[in-house]
Amino acid sequence: MSSSHHHEETFFQKYIWSVDHKVIGIQYGVTSLLFLLFGFGLMAVMRYQLAYPETVIPIIGQWLFSESGGIMLPENYNTFGAMHGTIMIFLGVVPLAVGAFGNYLVPLQIGAPDMAFPKLNAASYWTYFVGGVVMMASFFTPEGAARSGWTSYPPLSIFESGQTMWLLSMIFLITSSLLGSMNIIVTIVQLRAPGLTWFKLPFFIWTQLVTSFLLVLAFPPLEAAAVLQLMDRIAGTSFFLPSGLVYAGSAVEAYGNGSPLLWQHLFWFLAHPEVYVLILPAIGIVGEILANNTRKPLWGYKSLVYAISFLGFMSFIVWAHHMFLTGMGQTMSAFFQLTTMIISIPSVVVLTAFFISLWGGSIRFNTPMLFALSFLPMFGIGGLTGLPLGVAASDIYLHDTYYVIGHFHYVVAPGTLFALFAGIYYWFPKITGRKLHEGMGKLHFFPSFLAMNGIFMPMFIQGLAGLSRRMYDGGQQYAHASDITHWNEFMTISAFILGLAQIPFILNIFITLSTKKSEDRNPWKSTTIEWSAPSPPLPHVNFESAVEVHRGPYEYSVPEKEEDFYPQTSP
Amino acid sequence: MSNESNHAIEHHIQTYIRVFIALGVLTVITVLVSFLEVSFIEAFFLAITIATIKGSLVLGFFMHLISERAAIIWILVATAVAFIILMFIPLISVTDSTGMY
Amino acid sequence: MSNIPYIIEERPDTGLNNSKLGVWIFLASEVMLFGGLFSAYVFLRLAAPEGDFDYWGAKLNVPMATFNTMLLITSSVTMVMSWASLKLNQFDKYKMYLGITILCAIGFLFVKYFEYTGKFHHGVYPSSSTFMGIYFTLTGLHVLHIIGGLVVLIYLWTRQADKMWKENPDLLANRIEVTGLYWHFVDLVWIFLFPILYLL
Repeated sequence: MSSSHHHEETFFQKYIWSVDHKVIGIQYGVTSLLFLLFGFGLMAVMRYQLAYPETVIPIIGQWLFSESGGIMLPENYNTFGAMHGTIMIFLGVVPLAVGAFGNYLVPLQIGAPDMAFPKLNAASYWTYFVGGVVMMASFFTPEGAARSGWTSYPPLSIFESGQTMWLLSMIFLITSSLLGSMNIIVTIVQLRAPGLTWFKLPFFIWTQLVTSFLLVLAFPPLEAAAVLQLMDRIAGTSFFLPSGLVYAGSAVEAYGNGSPLLWQHLFWFLAHPEVYVLILPAIGIVGEILANNTRKPLWGYKSLVYAISFLGFMSFIVWAHHMFLTGMGQTMSAFFQLTTMIISIPSVVVLTAFFISLWGGSIRFNTPMLFALSFLPMFGIGGLTGLPLGVAASDIYLHDTYYVIGHFHYVVAPGTLFALFAGIYYWFPKITGRKLHEGMGKLHFFPSFLAMNGIFMPMFIQGLAGLSRRMYDGGQQYAHASDITHWNEFMTISAFILGLAQIPFILNIFITLSTKKSEDRNPWKSTTIEWSAPSPPLPHVNFESAVEVHRGPYEYSVPEKEEDFYPQTSP
Repeated sequence: MSNESNHAIEHHIQTYIRVFIALGVLTVITVLVSFLEVSFIEAFFLAITIATIKGSLVLGFFMHLISERAAIIWILVATAVAFIILMFIPLISVTDSTGMY
Repeated sequence: MSNIPYIIEERPDTGLNNSKLGVWIFLASEVMLFGGLFSAYVFLRLAAPEGDFDYWGAKLNVPMATFNTMLLITSSVTMVMSWASLKLNQFDKYKMYLGITILCAIGFLFVKYFEYTGKFHHGVYPSSSTFMGIYFTLTGLHVLHIIGGLVVLIYLWTRQADKMWKENPDLLANRIEVTGLYWHFVDLVWIFLFPILYLL
């Protein structure tokens, strides 16, 4: 077998079809950040509509909605809504959290030269890329992009426009995810450096391992369901179409006898573990940054590991809490309510361990730490607001209201996304050899934090008043919403502030990249293995010499030592 | 597995032949059993039981699970649990419902 | 990359090489993929009126499917025999057994081709009923897996294999073992598909 680090690599081999996990990680990172920005743009237009219903969208309205004179029509709103969710989750957060952070850091944190299957790794990125292209291309088809919610419930999704491309794209994205997560599991099991036993692994690695198991076992049923829905749309089958349906005034010509519930079960069987896929890498990143910036070990490392493993297992048996209103009997409702309540326990263990980790620490309030610290109360709010949704009785009232939107956005936006920002600030010096500017980082953090709360906190108020989600006019037409629609404008302004707050971040990246590289390969004085590699680590081999691990991942403030950190690889 | 002696592998080959014959016989049994006049539930369990026996033979001997490392077995146990959850829980929630849809 | 450890040799504490672990995890995901479709089958059977699935299921050709079952079982044993031959350094026997495996797979595809075209000829399509829909989807996905496996099997039978046998015999043995695991899985799926679709 040829080892390409002995030969001159072409531009294509080095930057396009690279099998180096670091290049692939950056490919995932840049692609997913662009998708996140695009998904944000979709939401910005939606929020404008919600604040000022049926007015002309400024600047881009005439170009976007030329047929309606720049006004967002209901079907446009639905399209933007469905695509916002889909893009943020499947093209944005998961590829960033797993594809970018996972791919870049896992081999480095375990002292390996690369992932177990480098070519497969490249294949998984390009499959994701193709899936992304198909998803974006759907906007430009005559049908337009999907508009049946990211949840794509039949029968609507069988008849609505744009769904076919969505399904095709999902097949590519799911395949990419399966290949990637399999790679991560084998890498962690097989390529740990000598001395790196299981309980010496950084907590981030544990979260990536559990996440990958969730992806491997939970995604395939959705791939199966996507094939079935595709066939319903293009092959005339009726897997999800019950008999006697009438659509747009005429009877549906299909065999019938299908089950819309079947889609919901198959979809949520993935989509629930998916939300833990969204949060676990973030929890891992926060753990790393907390330990580093408190200069003490994470409190309750073993509890954390057992908690997330238990969480991973439980995530497979809670999914029908998304389906409490589908006519389930009491037995199953009670079952899913019980499992959902139980699954909140490991999250509490994680948050508690993180809070206790702060106690007695020498806390450094740098930008990564600010984002990581804010994760704690934000994830706390997100988690707590999930409880009334997990209890079947209260969920009957709150289901499909803005309360749900507030709940999950708190977990994903000021939760996961802040953790990912923290990770970018934290690992930027390892990837590029330069630290991002602290002042601009704080300019990014503080308005973002305020704006996030400004957008999502009022959603609980709106939801409790009974405002339904996915309504293009923000509830203007409903009497029961009249008291709380005024919040829409406040939330929209907060959303625009959030957008503006990202400008220092984007500028920071470009400006910092144009500065000189630093000689300091461990500017945060961290203990984990990736910091012993050069910045950036060497192509294809990462480390200058063989890695040997002699201690745990968080040996900070060890009494006898002069320095307040004792790296894993120090002899 | 890869460090086994030639003698051991030749012994395995005898096992493969025996399993092959067993699978053939079980296939015939599967088809014959389908002619029995039994209720759907009974037929279902009969078919699944025979299929599971055949499957276990393939898994155990052709795929060498019978002598495989614990790590692999545990991954398969986890998969089996997930599979059973996927098969049964939607079923129960649909049959124990207030209406079909 | 040649600097990745444990591609062929086993890691002492896990006792595994990378590809073997990798393929088992891949197979785990495949179990869930077919599981999703099996779950759909159960759902659809329950959602259909009494006798609907029996009526449509009776249109399937049991003798052809039984023959196919025997073909796949045969291909499974010849697959493992080809691996064993390689371990015993009998390269010619390896090629013979692998060749029979390939022929069995092609045979299976031919039978399926006749089955499908027979159905279409009688105006029976996936859209004809929910049973036919799930029948075509399950067996169709299975056929795609056979084709994928066949591509790899043929590759391992060509000159590339001869070259690998000369340069890195352990790697070839490893590739055959891993391919064999995938192939047995495809057989395993059919072992469950056959009674569920054709006999129940």
